[in-house]
Amino acid sequence: MNHEEPFTNRNVSESSAYYYVDIETYPTAGWDKFKQVVKRTFNGELFVGLWVVLREMIKFDIHTVQYPLEKLPIGPRYRAVHKLLRLWESGYERCIGCGLCEKICISDCIRMDTRIDENSRKEVTEYSINLGRCIFCGYCAEVCPELAIVHGQRYENASEQRAHFVIKDDMLTPLDLLKAGEQAEYPGFGAIIPGSDASVKKTPLAY
Amino acid sequence: MDVAFIIETIVKIVVILLVFSALAGLGTYFERKVLAFMQRRLGPMHVGPFGLLQVAADGIKLFTKEDIIPQNVVKSIFKIAPVITAATAFMASAAIPFWPQFTVMGYTVHPIVADINVGILYVLGVMAIGLYGPLLGGMASANKWSLISAARSAAVFISYEVITGLSLLAPLMMVGSLSLIDINNYQAGGITNWIVWSQPVAFILFWIAAFAETGRTPFHLVANDHEIIDGFGTEYSGMRWGLFFIGEYANMFFISFVIAIIFLGGFGDGTIAGAIQLLLKVAFFFFFFLWTRAAWPDVRPDQLMWLCWKVLMPIAVINIVITGIVMMF
Repeated sequence: MNHEEPFTNRNVSESSAYYYVDIETYPTAGWDKFKQVVKRTFNGELFVGLWVVLREMIKFDIHTVQYPLEKLPIGPRYRAVHKLLRLWESGYERCIGCGLCEKICISDCIRMDTRIDENSRKEVTEYSINLGRCIFCGYCAEVCPELAIVHGQRYENASEQRAHFVIKDDMLTPLDLLKAGEQAEYPGFGAIIPGSDASVKKTPLAY
Repeated sequence: MDVAFIIETIVKIVVILLVFSALAGLGTYFERKVLAFMQRRLGPMHVGPFGLLQVAADGIKLFTKEDIIPQNVVKSIFKIAPVITAATAFMASAAIPFWPQFTVMGYTVHPIVADINVGILYVLGVMAIGLYGPLLGGMASANKWSLISAARSAAVFISYEVITGLSLLAPLMMVGSLSLIDINNYQAGGITNWIVWSQPVAFILFWIAAFAETGRTPFHLVANDHEIIDGFGTEYSGMRWGLFFIGEYANMFFISFVIAIIFLGGFGDGTIAGAIQLLLKVAFFFFFFLWTRAAWPDVRPDQLMWLCWKVLMPIAVINIVITGIVMMF
């Protein structure tokens, strides 16, 4: 989609897209008023209106989206209810329990509990997002160093309890879906920009 | 007056009441669909196939809704006003021939409740009484918007009665009868005999006035949603509001019948083909009511009065004079 904004220059000038509508002065004398009425009556403006709506009816170019049955595509950067992703090869959770998302969350709605498991790996035991407070700013996804927490595409969150949407097991990609290769990498907020490897440079240590 | 006649008349009345109540419901369905298509929408789609049962759903809703009588209204008048609108609409239909006469098992049926010799006068008169529905309902409602609507409806209906009356006078002078059957038979010779060819001005004037009489869109200021909410219907709920609605839609159908019979040949020579032609003409006029609603803006009340008294009425009078002069020589 290459949308071109026609009004780059918003000052009224010769070159801008704005132009003055040509409005004739209103007649004041009785005879002129009469002539205007006659002109407007017989130049068929009313039939233009009738034709326009009939044409649309015949073309039958319906724009209705029958919502629960059909849905409009949403942008890849749309920020809906969060998801937790898994590592592709091992199936482990990507989350390393660093706590950055908990720290950066400006509405203070992420809580996590971690422990060191038997492999000396940090394991996340509890992970909860209070959707009543979440403002879907996307900072958690942006700050996550492992691309573990991302925003999903699930925007229909009507339920008896909003907490149902952020039970950790529900956010986490199920293992069978991962094995089927159906875990989608998130192209939106915080994702790696395509071709970013080329732009990586040696960190200058000395200034 | 024998028993058979009474039974036949009662059957006709019941049939007309049932058919046109149902048609009023279906009319709302068609209106919603046609307006939706013209605005590139789909309209009702979920209740039944293509939303056809939406009418039933709306009916159930209207019938079971609480009948609220607000505080400060004049109760008896408030309650009777919707009945006046619906009743006068159906009473007007008594003199309209909906179908040519036909024979069933050796018994000739005249599909008109009463072929009175002042038919069109009766139809217009009773439709004019329909004015009291919006007027009394609006005045009894204890609501500013309803009151404005009542004042407007009185002004509009009374003004446009003049146009309907004067525009009909010229065709009636040619036919020499007020019975709609006689008017129909006058044009029985085919399309060249239609009164619209000899009285095009009267036809257009009556058509314009029909919009004002039924309160449809270019002249919808009686219940103009964006200025006076629902006008006289603001305080009504449930079936009382539904009666206003049935009255309005029945009126649209009946006035379509009247236009088709007086100006466009009606059912012609009385064959089945002619009868079907009559229904097609009525369908066109009904469709036109919906079509203009999608296409045209509303006019201001003062513009409406200007149109009535300064434009349409003089034209109607001139039309009568010219018709009289032509008939004299």
